[in-house]
Amino acid sequence: MQEYLPLFADAMLLTLFIGWIGVIISVVLGLIAAFIQYFKIPVLRQIIKVYIELFRNTPLLIQLFFLYFALPKIGLSMSPQVCGALGLGLLGGSYMAEAFRSGLESVDKIQSESALSLGMTKFQALRYIILPQAISTSMPAFVANIIFLLKETSVFSAISLMDLMFTAKDLIGLYYKTAECLVMLVVFYLIILLPVSIVGSIIERRLRYASFGD
Amino acid sequence: MQALGIDALFRGSNFLRLLGGLGVTLELSLISVIFSILLGIIFGVIMTFKNPVVKVLSRIYLEIVRIMPQMVLLFVVFFGTTRLFGWNLSAEAACVIVFTFWGTAEMGDLVRGAVTAIPKHQYESSYALGMSKAQTYYHIIVPQTLRRLIPLSINLVTRMIKTTSLVMMIGVVEVLKVSQQIIEANRMTSPNGAFGIYAVVFLLYFIACWPISLLAGHLEKKWSN
Amino acid sequence: MAELLKEELLRIEHLRKAYDNTVVLKDISLTVHKGEVIVVIGPSGCGKSTLLRCINGLEPIQGGKITLRGQEIDGNSKDIAQIRQKLGMVFQNYELFPHKTVLQNIMLAPMKVQKRPKDEVEAQAKQLLERVGLLEKKDSYPRQLSGGQKQRVAIVRALCMNPEMMLFDEVTAALDPEMVREVLDTILELAKAGGTMIIVTHEMSFAKAVSDRVLFLDGGEIVEEAVPEKFFSDPQTERAKRFLRTFEYDAVKHHDI
Repeated sequence: MQEYLPLFADAMLLTLFIGWIGVIISVVLGLIAAFIQYFKIPVLRQIIKVYIELFRNTPLLIQLFFLYFALPKIGLSMSPQVCGALGLGLLGGSYMAEAFRSGLESVDKIQSESALSLGMTKFQALRYIILPQAISTSMPAFVANIIFLLKETSVFSAISLMDLMFTAKDLIGLYYKTAECLVMLVVFYLIILLPVSIVGSIIERRLRYASFGD
Repeated sequence: MQALGIDALFRGSNFLRLLGGLGVTLELSLISVIFSILLGIIFGVIMTFKNPVVKVLSRIYLEIVRIMPQMVLLFVVFFGTTRLFGWNLSAEAACVIVFTFWGTAEMGDLVRGAVTAIPKHQYESSYALGMSKAQTYYHIIVPQTLRRLIPLSINLVTRMIKTTSLVMMIGVVEVLKVSQQIIEANRMTSPNGAFGIYAVVFLLYFIACWPISLLAGHLEKKWSN
Repeated sequence: MAELLKEELLRIEHLRKAYDNTVVLKDISLTVHKGEVIVVIGPSGCGKSTLLRCINGLEPIQGGKITLRGQEIDGNSKDIAQIRQKLGMVFQNYELFPHKTVLQNIMLAPMKVQKRPKDEVEAQAKQLLERVGLLEKKDSYPRQLSGGQKQRVAIVRALCMNPEMMLFDEVTAALDPEMVREVLDTILELAKAGGTMIIVTHEMSFAKAVSDRVLFLDGGEIVEEAVPEKFFSDPQTERAKRFLRTFEYDAVKHHDI
C-alpha cells in the first residue's frame, strides 16, 4: 500500500491544481456574466444567456471531449491540463453566473436608490451597498458550486489526465489491489473536499444575510 | 460537411446507434430518478422527525453524498462489490444503485426543505378555520409543498441525465461510448469525425436537458407566489 | 412682507411625469423657500410619492424643470450625486443597509461621499443619535431595531449629510401605531429648528401641526394649496372635502347620557 501512496499524492496534487484553477476561471467568468446580465448590456447579454444554457444543460464529460478531441480537428490543440481547467472553468462559469446574478437581483432596487439619495455615485452604491449584500446572499450557492466543481474533477481521467481516478483504475487493472485502491481513492477525495465543505459552512454561517447582528 | 466529420454520422446505421446510446442514457436516468423520488420522499419525511439518532445518521448520509464525487461512488460500488462479496454486479446495476443513493439524498433534502418551509401560520390558520389535521394536510400543506417540490425535482432529472454520462467510464455502452466507437470505426474515412460526432452528442444532451430545465424554471416562476 | 425676505430653495415648473401611457404628474409647479415645511397629502396613487422621487432625481421626468438653488435636477446628469447630498430623503420602509451597524449606516455617506474626516462625522452622528434617543443603539444592526427606531436612524442618516432640505416619503406608513409618534416627534423637532422639508403623509393631525403650507394632490395635479388652518377647517374644493371626510367616522350607536 505504501508504494502507491506517492502515486496517489501526485495525482491528488494534479487534481487539486487543475480543480482550483478551474474554480478561479469559473469565478471570473461567472462575475463577468452576472454583471452583463445584471446591467442588461445588449447583445453580450444574449450571448451570455446562450452560453449559460448550453453549459448548464450538458455534462462536463462531453464538454471535455469536445475541447480535447474535437477542437484539434479545426486546428485548436490544447494539453489535457489546459482542457481540464478550461472545461471546468466554462462549466463552473455558467453555474457561478447564476449564483452571482441571483445574489445581485436579491438586493432591492430601493436599497440602491437609498444609497443614491445619500449622494453616492452608482459605482459607490454598487461597491458599498449592493455587492456586500449580494455576496452574502450568493454565498451558499457559491460554496455549493465550488464543491460541485471539485467533485467534477473526477472525470478528468477521460481526457487522459493522470488524476486520482486514473491512478486508481490503473492500479486496479495492473495489480488487482481493488480494496486498497478504493480506500485510497475515497480518502484522497475526502482530503480534497472535506476542508472545503467545513470552511464553506463556517463562512456561510458567518456571512448569512439574515444573521447580520446575531 | 466532410471537413467537419459529420458525414460519419450518416454512414450505415450510425445515427440510429447514437440515438440508441442516448436511449440507454435516458433509461438509466429515468429508472434512477423514479427510485430516487420514491425513496427520497420517504427519507425526506423521516428527516423532519426530531429524533437525534435520525438527525445524525441523515446528516452523515447527506454529507457523504455532498462531498463524494459520483464517479468515486461508482468505482466503489462497481469494483468494490465484486472484490468484497464476489458479486458480479453489472455496470448498469451499479449505476442505478449509485445514482439512486445520490438522488435519494438530494430528493430527501428537497422534501425536507419544502415541508419545513411551510410557515406555522398556515397550519394555524387552517386549524382556526376548523379543519381537521387530515384536511389541513390534504388541502393546505401538501399542495403548497408540491408546488415548491415539483420544479426542484424536475431539475433533478436533468442532473441525473448529465451525471449518467459517467457510466461510460465503467464500460456501459451509452451515447458517449457509442460516439467513441463510431469515431474510431470511421477514423479512415472521416478523420475529423471527432468534431462532428462530439458536436452532435453535445447537442443531443442539450436537446434532452434544456426543455426539462425550461419546464422547471417555468413552473418555479408560475408557482413562486 | 416676511415672504419677500425668504430665500428661494426649490423651484418646480410645469413638471410632467408619465409611465408609458399613464400620466402620474400632470403639471406641477411649486416653489419652496428656506425654512418652509410643505405637507403633501392626497389619496393613494395620486402621485405624491412620485413627486418626491422626481425631486431627488430618482425618476426620469417627461416635461418641465426642477431646480435646487437654480441648479437643474436631472437623474442622468453628472452633478446629480452632488445635488442629492443637499437633499435628505427618508423612505417608507427605512432602507437602512442591513449589513452595516447603525453608526456605519450613518457615517458611510459623509465619509465616502463628502470625504469628511472620520472623527468629525462620528461626533456628529453620535450627537444626532443622542438627539433622537438612540445613542445606545449605535452598534446594533438594523434588524435588531424596532420599526420606529429604524426610521429615526434613517432620519439621522439623512441629516448627517447636512442637507439643505429633507424629503419624507410616508415615513410612518409601515409603522405600528404606537411607534408613529416617536418618528413624528422627531420630524416636528426638526421643523421647529427651522429645517426645510417636504413631507408626504397620511397623518392629518400631524400635517396640521407641522406644516406651513398644505398641498392637496389628486389625479396627478395640485388641486388645492393653502395654509393648514384654512385647508383643514374650510377646504375650497369638492375633491379635498371628500378626501378629508374619509378620515371621519359617523357614530352608529347612540348612548343616552
